[in-house]
Amino acid sequence: MSQDTIYWRSFEELTNHPEFIKDSLREFNIPSPTELEQAQAPDRRDFLKKVGFGLSAAALASCEAPVRKVIPFLANPDNVDYSNANWYASSYMLDGEYCAILVKTKAGRPIKIEGNKLSSVTRGGTSVRVQASVLGLYDNSRYVKPQIDKKNATWQQVDEALAAAVKTGKRTVLVTPSMPSPSFEALVARMQAAIPGFEHVVYDALPASGIIKANKESFGQAVVPSYDFSKANTVVSFDADFLGTWLSPVEFSRAWARTRKLGPNNKRISKLFVVEPLMSLTGANADQRIMAKGSALGSHVAALYNAVMARTGGSARAVVAGVDQKAIDKMADDLVANRGRSVVVAGSNDPAQQTLVNGINFALGNYGTTINLNTPVRTKQGTEEGIAGVLAGLENGSIGTVLFYNTDPVYTHPQGAALKAALKNATGVSLDSAPTDTADACKIVAAAHHYLESWNDFEPKTGFFSLQQPAISPLFETRQAEDTLLKLAGVGETYYDFVRATWRSRVFPQQTEYKGFNQFWNYALHDGIFEVGRPSLRGKDFAPNGTGDADERYEYLSLSGTAPAAFAGNVGSAMSAVTGQAAGQGLELVLYPLMGMMAGVQGNNPMLLEFPDPISRVTWENYVTLAPTKAVELGVSLAEGRTSLVKLKVGGKELTMPAIVQPGQEKNTIGLAVGYGRTVVGEAGKGVGQNAFPFVNLSGGFQSYVVSGVSVENTKEEYMLGHVQTSHTNAGRPVIQEATLAEYQKNPTAGREFPMITTPDGKMKPTDLSLWKTEVNKRPNHAWGMVIDLNSCIGCGACVVGCNVENNVAVVGKQEVVNRREMHWLRIDRYYSSTKTREENATNEELETAAENPRVTFQPMMCQQCNNAPCETVCPVLATTHSTEGLNQMTYNRCIGTRYCANNCPYKVRRFNWFSYPQNKENFPTNPANDPLTRMVLNPDVTVRARGVMEKCTFCIQRIQDGKLTAKKDGRRPVDGEIVTACAQACPTEAIIFGDMNDPNSRVQLAIKEQYSERAFRVLEEYNTRPNVSYLTKIRNA
Amino acid sequence: MNVTASVRPPLVNGGKTVADVTHDISRQVEAGPTKLWWAAFVVSLGLLAWGTYCLLTTWWVGIGVWGLNKTVGWAWDITNFVWWVGIGHAGTLISAVLLLFRQKWRMAINRSAEAMTIFAVLCAATFILAHMGRPWLAHWALPLGNTYGSLWVNFNSPLVWDVFAISTYLTVSLVFWYIGLIPDLATIRDRANTPIRRFVYGILAFGWNGGAKDWSRYEAVSLVLAGLSTPLVLSVHTIVSMDFATSLVPGWHTTIFPPYFVAGAIFSGFAMVQTLLLVTRTVFKLEDYITIEHIDSMNKIIMVTGSVVGIAYITEFFIAWYSGVMYEQYAFTNRMFGPYWWAYWSMMSCNVISPQMFWFRKLRRSIAFSFIISIVVNIGMWFERFVIIVSSLHRDFLPSSWAMFSPTMYDIGDYIFSFGLFFTLFFLFAKFLPVVNMAEVKSIIKGSSADPKEEYNSSSFGNREAAGRAVATEASADATQSPNI
Repeated sequence: MSQDTIYWRSFEELTNHPEFIKDSLREFNIPSPTELEQAQAPDRRDFLKKVGFGLSAAALASCEAPVRKVIPFLANPDNVDYSNANWYASSYMLDGEYCAILVKTKAGRPIKIEGNKLSSVTRGGTSVRVQASVLGLYDNSRYVKPQIDKKNATWQQVDEALAAAVKTGKRTVLVTPSMPSPSFEALVARMQAAIPGFEHVVYDALPASGIIKANKESFGQAVVPSYDFSKANTVVSFDADFLGTWLSPVEFSRAWARTRKLGPNNKRISKLFVVEPLMSLTGANADQRIMAKGSALGSHVAALYNAVMARTGGSARAVVAGVDQKAIDKMADDLVANRGRSVVVAGSNDPAQQTLVNGINFALGNYGTTINLNTPVRTKQGTEEGIAGVLAGLENGSIGTVLFYNTDPVYTHPQGAALKAALKNATGVSLDSAPTDTADACKIVAAAHHYLESWNDFEPKTGFFSLQQPAISPLFETRQAEDTLLKLAGVGETYYDFVRATWRSRVFPQQTEYKGFNQFWNYALHDGIFEVGRPSLRGKDFAPNGTGDADERYEYLSLSGTAPAAFAGNVGSAMSAVTGQAAGQGLELVLYPLMGMMAGVQGNNPMLLEFPDPISRVTWENYVTLAPTKAVELGVSLAEGRTSLVKLKVGGKELTMPAIVQPGQEKNTIGLAVGYGRTVVGEAGKGVGQNAFPFVNLSGGFQSYVVSGVSVENTKEEYMLGHVQTSHTNAGRPVIQEATLAEYQKNPTAGREFPMITTPDGKMKPTDLSLWKTEVNKRPNHAWGMVIDLNSCIGCGACVVGCNVENNVAVVGKQEVVNRREMHWLRIDRYYSSTKTREENATNEELETAAENPRVTFQPMMCQQCNNAPCETVCPVLATTHSTEGLNQMTYNRCIGTRYCANNCPYKVRRFNWFSYPQNKENFPTNPANDPLTRMVLNPDVTVRARGVMEKCTFCIQRIQDGKLTAKKDGRRPVDGEIVTACAQACPTEAIIFGDMNDPNSRVQLAIKEQYSERAFRVLEEYNTRPNVSYLTKIRNA
Repeated sequence: MNVTASVRPPLVNGGKTVADVTHDISRQVEAGPTKLWWAAFVVSLGLLAWGTYCLLTTWWVGIGVWGLNKTVGWAWDITNFVWWVGIGHAGTLISAVLLLFRQKWRMAINRSAEAMTIFAVLCAATFILAHMGRPWLAHWALPLGNTYGSLWVNFNSPLVWDVFAISTYLTVSLVFWYIGLIPDLATIRDRANTPIRRFVYGILAFGWNGGAKDWSRYEAVSLVLAGLSTPLVLSVHTIVSMDFATSLVPGWHTTIFPPYFVAGAIFSGFAMVQTLLLVTRTVFKLEDYITIEHIDSMNKIIMVTGSVVGIAYITEFFIAWYSGVMYEQYAFTNRMFGPYWWAYWSMMSCNVISPQMFWFRKLRRSIAFSFIISIVVNIGMWFERFVIIVSSLHRDFLPSSWAMFSPTMYDIGDYIFSFGLFFTLFFLFAKFLPVVNMAEVKSIIKGSSADPKEEYNSSSFGNREAAGRAVATEASADATQSPNI
């Protein structure tokens, strides 16, 4: 090898580059880990610098840090924790309906109304109206300031204008609905004393004046008696919708439903006969239902009178024609067999009918047991003469000032238009909180508080006191109406002090338990009620969420009255009066109030407007109801919400309205609901339905809802209704299971379906066949379950609205209901019986056609929380999963909206957010989530769902979580009844029982154990979805 | 010798030479677009534009713009999805299954059938996205790593199977189609007379040089992809059918669905291929390549699969009756006599009755009649999916929830979008890419084209070279066959 040859590895080596020389000294050409560490370690000086900076920064920061007040309270008030709810006992008194309530407030805002279980009147039940009324507080149509001549004014100006108005020397009239309030009555007395020519007129839009008149004649007492349906074995109702809209439906529903509960130890239920022209909620719950024209109701009452008299040894009158005597005889037999344990009621305002009813009840000895004249119902005191006098006084100019408080006669009175015109002759003053047709016609609007901002007291029945307290300080510059009146009367105290004073002088002396008034007051305010003669409730637990069988937990006051000595009604003239009506031939219009709207006081309440009527299942308007035969005659058909407009003519008035076909309606009767079509109303109620009040018949001096001389014609113009249920029968499917009482008594499983699956190993129960491993369904901690008694569910819908409010369910508006997209998590399916049964080899068409006078079943349907949930397996992203407590959970955040779960849900209870319902005021103006004010009603514990996600019932998981945490903090297990879903809590009949099935003593577990071998069934059992919701068969006392 | 029975009619008519093949097929790629093409393309773009407006509205406002409701959660969206996926099946069947079955007549049509497959699957994918309530979260349906803890997709859900099936199908079809295109792209590159064309097709041709190694690898990959695609023909629609079959909706819960859906997919796919080819062969004057024999064969497949579908319909009814389940029985009675009877009877007459006409050879070979039937079949297959989805959902278990579905402008508009997309892509394809696989067709003109001797004599020297290449291709493609000549 030559010396000249240089072998090199790189140019650097060849050129002897300094880098190369440097690197050649190192064994490895990369730094070793230790070298790296040394290179990166901070050196001493850096360390000192950092320490020095840190110290000085800390020192500087501590010198002059500004003090920021993050808590607005100087001292945090007791019990203020914004994550916890506060409950206030109060009272609901609106439109003649009383309910003892609890108001749930969260972060200072009332967000939910529940029933107060301590009340012996309503016993914790609620109605749709009560449940929805919390929205009225945040109604964005409310008056925010007082107004004079439609311009905002100050309270001083209003007070001055009012003071001037009552000093004209003319009469001053205060028109109110029935105000069964001791303090208000005292206030009226003070006003009478202070203002010369002052009168108080009670005007009820839906009066019970016929009953008052008849009782005055029969027994010398001008009152509406109280009825105790819980003691009645037989109930006969002549068009008195006592479960839905008549007098005190919450109280009556609760009482009546107690007679409908069945179990191994109770094999008897009451029997309900209903005679009515239209299908009412009560008629839908009837065991025997007779269709009769409105004008023929009187002759039916007369026939029953005769039949009862014949059996009780009284003197029967002339034979009545035109009635189904056989049915009447059956009724009479049943009534007479249950003397003293029956009730006959009539909804008519005709004193003659009511006199005969009194006669029947008297002959049956029902007074003092089921009917009580000693504790009259004080929520319906209005008579027709009062408002007629106001109208006359306004027209002749003798009235100078008229004050309207919580009443809207311009809208609700048949002569409202005349009243409106006559109001120009006087100073009209409205004491309303939101615009009404009447307020609009008034010069002065003394904008009032909502009832949740007000103090008041009520005595719905004599001796049953109830307090109303504000649950929030006033939202606007409004003033409680009573305060305005006190000021007008020159009383220098607030209404709160006035109520206290009234209680000190009137109520306090009626008890002996409390020595000091303040102590008594605090107790009464806490409980919300005070009932004379009731044992103390002190020491009883007061869990606002508590349910349990309230009837077992609380002793209620149940006053037995004394029977009146004699019946002094003039039967002869009553007989001739009622039988004279039967002459009415041809078409007849029957007006009636709907469950949600009643007389329309809450006409701007979007949840009530979107509440589907339990019978018709139509939302967002009123409509003409036609019997199926009449509809065929007119060429009206109702399919998928599509119907036609009909022109209804009564006398000179006419209305063009959509028609629906209503099975169970008398064929020559046309139904039309009042309470819709207010012209001055907020955004939600605007243009909703049409006003039927002008059709109310005043000719007899008593408001009559039966109007003759009616014609109806089909305009053939197509119209779409927001109809949430368009198939009306159960099509012979065992989704509802029913039997008669006789069958049940013979065999407690009567009516049940026991599906069996044919397998190679023979027939097997569906539950014995499963794809799933059984461990999947283990519930180590809780197992939430629900039992729904179809027998005591009356279909009222309180649960539906309760659920909507609790769970922030979006109100989507009529168009979306037309599109079949209402968002209700809980619905009440209403099924009519069909013309023919499956056993009779009916065709599908026959199965899907409702009978002429169908039996009706209501079935609350919500997520069944299936243990083998079909929805869960198909979700691609695990957005719906099962909890270890048996809940079918929905994770909104995870949902991508494929809707596969909804398709695969056999119960069709899942609801999809087709649009962005919140934050979309433009398209969904009535959704509470869309307005800064209405949004305040939202439950902060429940997510407001975004566009594109699926939602559904989860057994009010927020309440379950809350209850579990409360129990955990106390170091115990949740007790039965502590955790309750919104639907179960709202239910006036305790038809829904919720609880932990792992707790052997829970009511739900007991009900399942007790009923499983008898009445409990699960819907679509053959699919082995294993729902956690069980239903109890419907048993009819037919 | 190529094993071709002498009685068998030639697969390419008109005595085409390899040069003719190159020329005939490259012609429309190299020439400027015709007026007819422009007209058709503008119409497609119009549809696409209108459809895009509707689709964007749907995405912006929410799927509430559709006619769906609380009871009918799927309607046109999934109908369209299944319809398009079904149409896509023909491409794979022709290119993969018929390749394995050595049906050489497929060579003239596989290119456009595959392109159609890809475009159809893209259209189908549109509806997967569009039907979601929150399409911007569509990636949650993929088993991607995430920061949500152990949150994973639900492998029990047929929709997740769908995601895998469709994405695999799209990928494999796309790769298969493109690999097949490479030799032809190189041909166009080599013939290019403008630098841009040479550059673009050069890039697209992946540096193909026509060497033996290229051909050998090409053949190997084609075979592997054909093997991969074959099970996909069966799996994709099987899985799509499981969206329904694994649910418990009466009318969906049917074990017959997988084979029935696959047959239906091939049925509709062939009908769509037929529609497109009948137009293409006329417009591009490819009657010699896409011959009446092709039309006849396709019609036979349409008739067979149509009959399979018809039997499936009848079987469904029998099983509904035989099951004794009232809900099932109702679902099927409701199909026939319920409110959607018209959809059902449209389906029956289009899918079951009309293909039976193809028992007549004369009708099978009638271009006009084939065209009409191919469209009728696709209408029928759309109704089939509509009937399955809507008429089953609208009246399921609880009568209280029964409802009707009627489409809105946006249901229709989004469907139009898919047509716009499909035809825009197809016309672009037809203009810029060779619609017939030149390389493969060259392999069959020897044995199967009319009068090969005449062709050989008249061919020029240059073409002879090309022919030699084609022979090499065929030799490697059909290794089991005896070499040509």
